[in-house]
Amino acid sequence: MNVQMTIRGGTLVMRLKGDLDQASIESLKRKSVDIIDKYYIRNIVFNFEEVSFMDSSGIGYIIGRYTQVKNRRGRIIVCSMNSLIERIFNLSGLKRICSVVENEEQATKILEAA
Amino acid sequence: MKNEMHVSFSAQNSNVIFARTIALGFLVNLKISVNVLNEIKTVISEAVTNAIVHGYKNDATKLVEMDMYIDSEELTIVVKDYGVGIEDVEVAKQPMYSTKESEDRAGLGFTIMEVFTDELVVESKLNEYTIVTMKKRYHEE
Repeated sequence: MNVQMTIRGGTLVMRLKGDLDQASIESLKRKSVDIIDKYYIRNIVFNFEEVSFMDSSGIGYIIGRYTQVKNRRGRIIVCSMNSLIERIFNLSGLKRICSVVENEEQATKILEAA
Repeated sequence: MKNEMHVSFSAQNSNVIFARTIALGFLVNLKISVNVLNEIKTVISEAVTNAIVHGYKNDATKLVEMDMYIDSEELTIVVKDYGVGIEDVEVAKQPMYSTKESEDRAGLGFTIMEVFTDELVVESKLNEYTIVTMKKRYHEE
């Protein structure tokens, strides 16, 4: 799992690449958890364009990041999911706490309008 | 066609990928749709993650066992650990249930296994074992 992180204002964009599972979330947490607090990140955009596989460990990871930003009235936006990942996402009920959009451009627009 | 395979591996996180990969390798000669293969990959990932994280609490000296059987367009997957066991299987299977809430776990493993397979049986004895058996029917294309 590779991740490219961009911070703009209070928004962290995470472009993920590879499989999001128990084997990869440990290092992903190491790379992201401290940064989210250090830069007072309010909004996180997860770009799944290059993620081919995700299981419930990945869902757990997203829930954890939501917990981190919710006190700052932040929001989580997820974009560019393939159909398998979207099915798992729908099963998880995560749509109640995250927005799902087609691509990163739409995610950015939503945050700019807010 | 009948076929079977048996493997055991250390209870460490990196072996979740190994388990998914050998499962796909075992099925490589069957003409199963990508959709079904993805479901199989996902349920194996869930069952093996449970064995490593919950059953063995990431003790890499312990071994997870995985068996797969193919018989008349039905795949049976068995994932076993001889770890802590589950006190109440029915409670553990409920959506959002997790023993490790502080560690960002979704508590969705069994839900995903139930939805993506045709049959899920969980047998467990406290401090002895957990055996997860999943059956998945498929049609060769």
